[in-house]
Amino acid sequence: MTQTTMPSFSGSRTSETAGSGLIWSLRDCWTIVLQEFTHLLRQPSTFAWQIGFPVVMVLMFVYVFGSAMDVTGQGAGEGYVDFAMPGMFAMTMALGFMDTAYAVTHNKEKGFMDRFRSMPMSGSAPVTGRAVADVIRAAIDLAVIAGVALLIGWRSGGSIGATLLAFLLLLWLRLALIFVGIFLGLSIKNTETAGSLFAVAFPLGFISAVFTPPEMMPGWLGAIAAWNPVSSTATAIRELFATPGIDYLEPAYWIDGHALAGAIIWPAVIMAIFLPLAVRQFKSLSR
Amino acid sequence: MPSELAVEAEGLTKTYKEKVALDGVDLAVPGGTVHGLLGPNGAGKTTAVRILATLTIPDGGRASVAGHDVVSQSRQVRRSIGLTGQQTAVDDLMTARQNLTMFGRLFRLPKAQARRRAEELLELFSLEEAADRSPKRFSGGMRRRLDLAASMILAPQVLFLDEPTTGLDPAGRREVWEAVENLAAQGTTVLLTTHYLDEADKLCDRISVIDHGKNFVEDTPAGLKRRIGEERLEVVAADPAELNRLAELVRSVVGVEVSTDDSQARISVPVPDGVGALTSAAAEIRAQGLAIADIGLRRPTLDEAFLHLTGGSQAVGPQPSQPNTPKTLEETR
Ligand SMILES: Nc1ncnc2c1ncn2[C@@H]1O[C@H](COP(=O)(O)OP(=O)(O)OP(=O)(O)O)[C@@H](O)[C@H]1O
Ligand SMILES: [Mg+2]
Repeated sequence: MTQTTMPSFSGSRTSETAGSGLIWSLRDCWTIVLQEFTHLLRQPSTFAWQIGFPVVMVLMFVYVFGSAMDVTGQGAGEGYVDFAMPGMFAMTMALGFMDTAYAVTHNKEKGFMDRFRSMPMSGSAPVTGRAVADVIRAAIDLAVIAGVALLIGWRSGGSIGATLLAFLLLLWLRLALIFVGIFLGLSIKNTETAGSLFAVAFPLGFISAVFTPPEMMPGWLGAIAAWNPVSSTATAIRELFATPGIDYLEPAYWIDGHALAGAIIWPAVIMAIFLPLAVRQFKSLSR
Repeated sequence: MPSELAVEAEGLTKTYKEKVALDGVDLAVPGGTVHGLLGPNGAGKTTAVRILATLTIPDGGRASVAGHDVVSQSRQVRRSIGLTGQQTAVDDLMTARQNLTMFGRLFRLPKAQARRRAEELLELFSLEEAADRSPKRFSGGMRRRLDLAASMILAPQVLFLDEPTTGLDPAGRREVWEAVENLAAQGTTVLLTTHYLDEADKLCDRISVIDHGKNFVEDTPAGLKRRIGEERLEVVAADPAELNRLAELVRSVVGVEVSTDDSQARISVPVPDGVGALTSAAAEIRAQGLAIADIGLRRPTLDEAFLHLTGGSQAVGPQPSQPNTPKTLEETR
């Protein structure tokens, strides 16, 4: 061990008064975001695996199941790419909360949360930093999947504005679910239990309008699927992408006819519920 | 601020559901000293440290660190402390250097200063060579040192270390000890928890022993050792039939009544001058041509110490995860 004298940082302790609380919170948040992206850059293979899942799902649904589906009334397989792609986008956003939950549980389990909480940093930064990083991350995911979609022949039929709005709605859903992820991540004991989140995530992703129109499901299931927040987003972006054949089936559920409103309101409702819950759970760490 | 108290706690209590973790713990640690918190598993050491490091709010009692109340002035406390928790909290997906720079930023150093501080700490903890590697591939000792470095970004007034050497091999422990000694020499107040008597003995100015969430004993390491009994000389006979002859011989060498354990063919006797007794007993055994399976000096384990201190009346907590190993001759030196 080298004998070096410890420099005194008494000066830097007081320098904190230099910026206002908000500026410091934003800086701390950004530091956490950078941490997340350092992970991504240092672990490209993990990133590839994570993004690989939705890509494989796209190919599987479009080529394996899709060939048997008749969602547009033009015959099996016809137009399924156009129908399935928006669903795929929505489902990737919907399942993303598991990544959030896993990361939060991991940080808690590894003592990272404790270290952060023992430091004079902004108390909200671990949460806000996580949210910002995950939204950026979701945007990257969407870009990659959209690239694959373009390759296999998907096109948005909507205007540029409508297409952009569709992607914003997707990120809006993801943002809302981040707080579900943070809440669950803080509530879960360890990362092993985090795996069982699939039990919640799969119904959320699949009992929806993502791959099958709810109108094609048995009544009660169809109702659940139609009212699933993910369905609103999926249906709304189908409309925004002007997906051919979406009006083939008469909307059987009220919400189906009001998908755009649902895609805006549902995430807001989710956030209104889970943001306070996540904050409460974060505070209860000190109990 | 050597004369002031860097850590002060009065009657801390904490209950988790039905489990009483702390049942009125007091602490008084003068600035610039190293204080040990010793106790078996579940004694409440981690809970006490978490309260002092503002991570947990106590149910009752009060505590201040560096002159600030841990509940009402937690921000000021956080600015004066460093914490190395029971687990190493470093980011395995970043390099050692990136870790320290990130923590520097979160301690709100400007970018250039955070980088400079990271370099200094890497040097201070002899991690320059490993600076660009991920801590995932570090040895236990190196990980701990990086963890320590991360809690030292602002050269804290008070440093909390929760079992800093658990799970480390002797070399790793020595590395951490040196780091802690360096810090203490520069005036940092250190509160560390440990299961190891020898660790507390080596590093601490004073030791508080807690058990079942209560203060048990507080003393200097020397005083504590005196209280919990001296070193014992232990001899194990190679042939159980020779146990009595061997016991007689050891008794004549050290001049005190010995206790024998027939089932393990073991003789045990308290010896004030451990090394002297060991060498003369060994020489005598050899001279007599007796065969032994083992001979060595041994300090009482923490559990034995508790039994001793409580006169055997108090139930002893569960075994430490890594019980004190019998000490070898070299280690007792
Ligand atoms: N978050 C918690 N929830 C419930 N019980 C807890 C919690 N933290 C600690 N306890 C209980 O409180 C008691 C004291 O625990 P603590 O971790 O402080 O002990 P310790 O002395 O640090 O033990 P060890 O040597 O094993 O680290 C234990 O019985 C433990 O089970
Ligand atoms: Mg502990």
